[in-house]
Amino acid sequence: MAIKLTLDNKEVTAEEGKTLLEVARENGGNVPVICYHDATTANALCRVCVVEVEGMRTLQPACIVKAAEGMKVQTKSEKVVRSRKTILEMLNSTMDLSEADEIQRMMQEYAVDEKRFPDAERRESEVKDDNPMYIRDYSKCLLCWRCVQVCAEDAQFTYAINFEGRGYETQIGTFFDKAIPETTCVLCGQCVGVCPTGALKPKRQFLLEQGVSPQEISVMNTGRKQRKAKRVES
Amino acid sequence: MSDIDLAPLKPTIEKFIPMSRSGLLPALHAAQKLYGWISEPVAAEIAKTLHVPLADVHGVIEFYSLFYNEPIGKKVIRVCTDPACGIKDSDGLLRKLCQQYDIEPHRTRADLSLTIEPSPCLGMCELAPAVWTMNGGQWTVGEGEDRPRSMVYGQIRELTKNCGKGKTTYLREYGEYKALMKAKSMPQDKVIAEVKESGLVGRGGAAFPTGVKWEGAFKAEANQKYIICNADESEPGTFKDRILLLDDPHSTIEGMCIAGYAIGASKGFIYVRGEYPYIIPVLEKALDEARGAGYLGKDFDIEVRVGAGAYICGEETALFESIEGKRGFPRVKPPFPTTHGLFSKPTVINNVETLCNVPLIISKGAAEYRKIGTEKSPGPKLFCVSGDVATPGLYEVPFGVTLREVLDMAGGIANGKSLKSVLFGGAAGAFATSEHLDVKMTFEDLRAAGLPLGSGVVMVFDETRDMRDALNRLGHFFAHESCGKCYPCQMGTQRQKEILHRIAIGKVDSDDFARLQDVGWTMTDASLCGLGQTAASAVLSAMKLWPELFEVKS
Repeated sequence: MAIKLTLDNKEVTAEEGKTLLEVARENGGNVPVICYHDATTANALCRVCVVEVEGMRTLQPACIVKAAEGMKVQTKSEKVVRSRKTILEMLNSTMDLSEADEIQRMMQEYAVDEKRFPDAERRESEVKDDNPMYIRDYSKCLLCWRCVQVCAEDAQFTYAINFEGRGYETQIGTFFDKAIPETTCVLCGQCVGVCPTGALKPKRQFLLEQGVSPQEISVMNTGRKQRKAKRVES
Repeated sequence: MSDIDLAPLKPTIEKFIPMSRSGLLPALHAAQKLYGWISEPVAAEIAKTLHVPLADVHGVIEFYSLFYNEPIGKKVIRVCTDPACGIKDSDGLLRKLCQQYDIEPHRTRADLSLTIEPSPCLGMCELAPAVWTMNGGQWTVGEGEDRPRSMVYGQIRELTKNCGKGKTTYLREYGEYKALMKAKSMPQDKVIAEVKESGLVGRGGAAFPTGVKWEGAFKAEANQKYIICNADESEPGTFKDRILLLDDPHSTIEGMCIAGYAIGASKGFIYVRGEYPYIIPVLEKALDEARGAGYLGKDFDIEVRVGAGAYICGEETALFESIEGKRGFPRVKPPFPTTHGLFSKPTVINNVETLCNVPLIISKGAAEYRKIGTEKSPGPKLFCVSGDVATPGLYEVPFGVTLREVLDMAGGIANGKSLKSVLFGGAAGAFATSEHLDVKMTFEDLRAAGLPLGSGVVMVFDETRDMRDALNRLGHFFAHESCGKCYPCQMGTQRQKEILHRIAIGKVDSDDFARLQDVGWTMTDASLCGLGQTAASAVLSAMKLWPELFEVKS
C-alpha cells in the first residue's frame, strides 16, 4: 500500500514498511550512514542518519524508522546538521579515519573542523598481526559492530569476536585477547569485507602498504606452495 | 593460571544449566564469590557449561564494573566520589584510607590482600561519604555496619510506614497481603482501571503512566508475560529504593503480585544493583515468607537477579539484556517492552517506589488515594535529600509541597550557610537556585520551571561550593557509565568529561562553551537511549545559570 508523507517540505509517496532512509534515497535525498550496511542487521547506533520527525522529542534514525502516513520529516534541519557534524568531529578526534573514504567525503560535506577537540584522548592501539589472513588495527575502528555481527548471527555463526571494555574504552576483542588462530575464527574474511575504515585489512594488502614487495610475499607463501606441489606430485 | 582448581566450580554452576544464557550473570557472580575473580579457565568452564560462546562470556565480564578478569584484593574498599559524597569530602576519605593502608587508588596489593577503588554512586548519599567494603564475600558499609542506616522523615508515612525502624519489617509485622486479596477479587481489567484512575506514574524518572503500561501488557497476546521490578537504583543522589527494599520488602513484593495478576504474568524478577548486596538476603527471606503464606509459588513466582556495576542497566531494555545474560546494551525502541520485553515477551517493568504505591492504591481505592497530592500529580512522593542540609535523609511528602518546605523539613542549609543550588532529579537532572524555592514539587510545576523531578533527588549545594567540581564529577560519572553503543553518547560523554575536567582545573579554553553546547545538544537530540539523552542535562542547565564558569575570564 502506498502512503503519503512530507520529506523536506515536499510531499512524496512511499511503499508502506519502507524505512525513512529508503524513502529518502528513492527521492534523491542524501542521508549519510556509517554503521548501516545492507548485509547486517541495522542497530541504529552511529546516529549520523538521524532526521527530524515532527512531533518526536528526539531525532530519529532513518535506517530503522519506518515511514508512516502523514509524517513530516526534515533530513537536514539545523538540529540534524549539528548532530551529524558534531558526531563526525568527535569521530575524527577519536580514531584514525585516513582510510575511511566515505567518511572523509562526509566530513567535507559537513565542513568538519578537524581541530574541533584539540586535547581529546584518542583511541590508539597497536596493530594486531597474529594470523596469515588479516590484520586488526583498532586505532582505525569506529565500532560500527558489523564485524561482530557477521561473525555471529548475521552470517557466520562463528562467535570469535565480541567487545572488550565499555563506553569510550570499548574495543573489539577475542576471549581473553587470544590470537585469532586460537579462537573459533575460521578465517572466512567476512569481517574484513564489511569493515568501513581499514581497521580490518587483508594481510597481503597490509604487507604491500608496508613496502613489502609482491615477490617477498610470494616467498612468505613458499612453504605452502611447496607443500601443495608435493601433494600434486604424489 | 593453571593452578586454578575447577573442581568446586562445577557443582556451583550446574544449577544454572536450565537457565542457559540467562544464567550467565548468576554463574559469574557465583564463580567470583568462589575464586575472588574470574580467570580464563573459569570463564571457559562457564562458557562450556552454559553453551555461551567464549568471546561473549568475555564481553560480558568486561562490560560490568564489578566483574574482574584479573586478580583483585580479598578485601575491596570502594569510596563513592560522586557529587553528594564529593560535598562531604570523599576525596579526603579516599586519600586517608590509601595512606592508612599504604596503597594507591585503583591498585591491588601484591599479596592480593587489598584493593581500594573510587566508585560511582553507592546509593548512600544521605550517609556521605559512602564506603562499601567487600571482604571475602562478606560486606560492610560505612565504618563496619552490616547495612546502611535508614533516615526517614517527612510529612506523611504512606510509602514509608514500615521504614526507618532500624530493622526489616517482615511478614509477621507487615500482615496479610490484603491489597492482593482485594485485587484478586476484582477482574484484571478493573485492577488496571483502578491504577489508571489513581494517576500513578513511574517513579524511576521517566514518569510514564503505570496503568497504561499495564494495559498494554495485559492486551498483548502471549503464552508468557513478565513483571520486573527495577531495583537497579543507580542515579547519583538516589537511595529511596534501597530503603524501601531493605526496610519493607513485602510492599514491593505485594505490588509485584498485584501487577502480575493484573497483566497475567506467571513470573517476576527483581533486578537489584550489585552495589546493594545487603538487600539480597532480606529479599530472599521475604520471598520465602510470601511463598510460605501462599502468595507466591503457585501461579506466580519471583526471582532475584543481581546486577554487577552498570548504571545503564537501570534503562529498561538494557536491564532485559542483562537478565538474558548479555552486555547491558539498550535496545532500539519501538518495539516497546509491553509487547516485546524480556525474552521478547510482553513485560511490565516498574520502579520499586512505583510498585510500593500499588498496594496503597488498591487498598484505599483510587479516589481516596487521589486525596494525597495535587490534581495532576496525585499520591505521596519520596525525596532523597542529600548534600548541604542539616538533616539529609529520605523525606515522604504529598506532591505539591514547595522546595522551600522540603529544605526546611531537612533543617535548612547546614552550618547556617545560604543556598547556592539544588541538583534536581540526579546526575541526569538539572540545577535549581534560590529563585526556585517556591516552586511546588509536582510534575506540572517542575516542568513549567524547566526542572525534572527524575527519581526524586534533591542534592543541596551551599554558597561555598564550586559548581565546577560537581560538574567535573558528573562528567566523570557519565563517561564511566556510557555503554558505548551509540556514537553521540560513547564519544560525547568522553569529550564532555575532558572539557569539564579542564574547566574544573581552571584551564578553560575560549571555545569550550561552544564545544560543550554542541556535544551536549548532540547527545540530547541524537542518542539512542535515555542515558545519552540526559547525560548533558545538568551541564546545559549549569551553562544557563552560570555561563561565566565556562568562559575565559577577560
